[in-house]
Amino acid sequence: MNGLADTLPVILALVLGMAVVLYVVLDGFDLGIGMLFFLYPGEDERDQIMNSVAPFWDGNETWLVLGGVTLWTAFPTAFAIILPAMYIPVMVLLLALIFRGVAFEFRWVAKPRHRAWDWSFAVGSTLGAFAQGLVLGGIVQGIPVRDQQFAGHALSWLSPFSIMCGLAVVTGYTLLGATWLMLKTSGPVEERARKLGVPLLAALLAFIVVVSIWTPLMSPRIADRWFSVPNVFFLAQVPVATLLFAWLCWRGIRRGQPILPFVMAVGLFLLAFFGLVISCIPYIVPPSLTIWQAAAHPDSQMFYLVGAAILIPMILAYTVLVFWLFRGKLKPGEGYH
Amino acid sequence: METVFGIETVLLSRIQFAFTIAFHIVFPAFSIGLSAYIATLEVVWLKTGQPHFHTLARFWTKIFAVSFAMGVVSGIVMEYQIGTNWSRFGEVVGNTLAPLFAYEVLTAFFLEASFLGVMLFGWNRFPPWLHTMACVFVALGTALSGFWILAANSWMQTPAGHEVRDGIAYPVSWFHVIFNPSFPYRFVHMMVATYITTSMVVAATGARYLLAGRYPREAMTMLRMGLGMLALLAPLQAVVGDLHGLNTLEHQPAKVAAIEAHWEDTGPADLVLFAWPDMRQERNHWEIAVPRLGSLILTHDWNGRFQGLREFPRDQRPPVAPVFFAFRAMVGLGLFMIAVGWFGVWLLWRRRIGGRRWFLRLLRVCWPVGFVALIAGWVVTEVGRQPWIAWGILRTADAASPVNALQVFISLALFVLVYFVVFSIGIWYINRMIGKGPQGEVPGPDTLPNRPLAGGRPHGNEAVPS
Repeated sequence: MNGLADTLPVILALVLGMAVVLYVVLDGFDLGIGMLFFLYPGEDERDQIMNSVAPFWDGNETWLVLGGVTLWTAFPTAFAIILPAMYIPVMVLLLALIFRGVAFEFRWVAKPRHRAWDWSFAVGSTLGAFAQGLVLGGIVQGIPVRDQQFAGHALSWLSPFSIMCGLAVVTGYTLLGATWLMLKTSGPVEERARKLGVPLLAALLAFIVVVSIWTPLMSPRIADRWFSVPNVFFLAQVPVATLLFAWLCWRGIRRGQPILPFVMAVGLFLLAFFGLVISCIPYIVPPSLTIWQAAAHPDSQMFYLVGAAILIPMILAYTVLVFWLFRGKLKPGEGYH
Repeated sequence: METVFGIETVLLSRIQFAFTIAFHIVFPAFSIGLSAYIATLEVVWLKTGQPHFHTLARFWTKIFAVSFAMGVVSGIVMEYQIGTNWSRFGEVVGNTLAPLFAYEVLTAFFLEASFLGVMLFGWNRFPPWLHTMACVFVALGTALSGFWILAANSWMQTPAGHEVRDGIAYPVSWFHVIFNPSFPYRFVHMMVATYITTSMVVAATGARYLLAGRYPREAMTMLRMGLGMLALLAPLQAVVGDLHGLNTLEHQPAKVAAIEAHWEDTGPADLVLFAWPDMRQERNHWEIAVPRLGSLILTHDWNGRFQGLREFPRDQRPPVAPVFFAFRAMVGLGLFMIAVGWFGVWLLWRRRIGGRRWFLRLLRVCWPVGFVALIAGWVVTEVGRQPWIAWGILRTADAASPVNALQVFISLALFVLVYFVVFSIGIWYINRMIGKGPQGEVPGPDTLPNRPLAGGRPHGNEAVPS
């Protein structure tokens, strides 16, 4: 083994992690506001909600494309196992994102007969979020592998655990969406979001607790990771930080602060993601393939890394620029169209 | 191999990929051409200050938004299908091909997706220079995306810069992987195709308005720009296509033999105008051919020779009929577009276009011609690549995922249903928007969102910059 073949997979796993986190946070609030459509029946409210993400959604969704292509480039063997294993949830996700994505444009073009696209947006967002949770749960619970190939059947991913993860992601994204509305909207839309914020936060915490108990019970490997000495002393910070973030999020919601609830909701997502990574490393296909076993040739990883090192900071810079250009709250009745 | 209703997973996955990509390709092709057109309109508007260029830019941007959304959502499907349906392909070529897709995302997708927001929603918020810059970035992003995707596709046709060890293709030279032998031809051919396709749509829209007597100034501008581009690019495309053909003959002779339905190399080849190729009997039925013209076109020599299909083992021949007919459709439509472009420009030059209503009526219904030619071209190149998925490296039959046939069957059925419903509605909306015309609602200042850069300015920044 040379040094490069050891370190490159670690760096690329970090790049992959970053792409996934950015996707989850950015498209998370997009999908979240889609699910909130169910709770905001008024047309004006829905216009306002959709306008709050209209300039960003496409850029946000691109992180999903980057996540997929990073997995393929850096860990082709993992890509070739995980996607066939998740065939059905991935197809549901793709179809759901079609209904969600076209609604952004079709809804305006179709007015005043746009009700179908309201449904398309809300149902697409919900199914998309749920399918992402199924994929997440399906990976964490383990994928049957033989000879470096997926060896399960069409429904191997289906379990109470993966369904619970699906519901958890739906809840979490809805909270992100609600806190986004606190940040970007005002008037009745914001007030409603603040009313919904607290129960959503409570529900997300409940899911975090259930996952935290369930995963170590499901796998002795994960239990050992968290509860052996000295890991337990370091990792005990994760639940403590989770409680702190949740408390700050709650305070922010109650006190009418615009930014704090969103930032803390993002923080909760980061902690939950960190927790799942702790449970899974060094496996990229638990419990059989490590990031080194699934890694592409160092030449391929290096070629990607050079591009990523130059281009991802540029992408982040102009993404921030675009969010800044459209900064500030939307007022009721205002729209981009 | 598992089957459902007697159909194997591989075939189902092939149908699914072919179906989803045939729908998808229409939207990015239109996006590449249209974003370049919109950027051009904006730059011309900034330079000349003539308001109808601005009106047109706004009008086409709305249509661009709808088309782009359909391109985005159908594009994500393509990437993930490589994993879900073609995991063996993903693994065998992943080391060599995947980074090209990664560079596409990094250089192109983020650029276009991020500045799309500014392009669509920034008309009255931002100064014209910033908006124009966003349009240029979006156009650049779409073109760069074409660069990478064509590099990847060309590598599947004419792989280079790699070596195969234990069945896996590893990179040796990235330069040669990207600039593989067919890439320059394929890339130029495709880019020109996107601009032709868009020119047809623009010219057809101009014809539609002129016939109805609406927006005469905008209509004439669209006719001039659309037909002018067509007159220039359609013949250029014939030259590029010819060069591409020579390149294909060098690297994929079996594909060329299928294109020409050329079974045996017995002497200078005929150009088969029409025939019914029969793969089992290895000959053509009802053949109509021009002697020696095939040799002239393919080798630029009346006496040139090239291999016939019988010289390739049966298991290395592509399906002849689809390649043969799709090629004829593409070339036929290409010649038709040259004729339309030249005749149209001649009419414009003689200032007679308004009086030739039959030509305008023909042009009005010609908007899909470019798309049909483009899809036909893809059928030629992709079906012609069979039985290989990556030429000489991996057979399509060995590239599929270990997934059962039933789930592929169900997903295929859903894709067909969803694409026909959703994208047909989208195209119908686009048609309706074109019907409504360019002078759509220009939002007044009070209906606009908070505008940090435009401040409280009245919609004066709609007008010509001084």
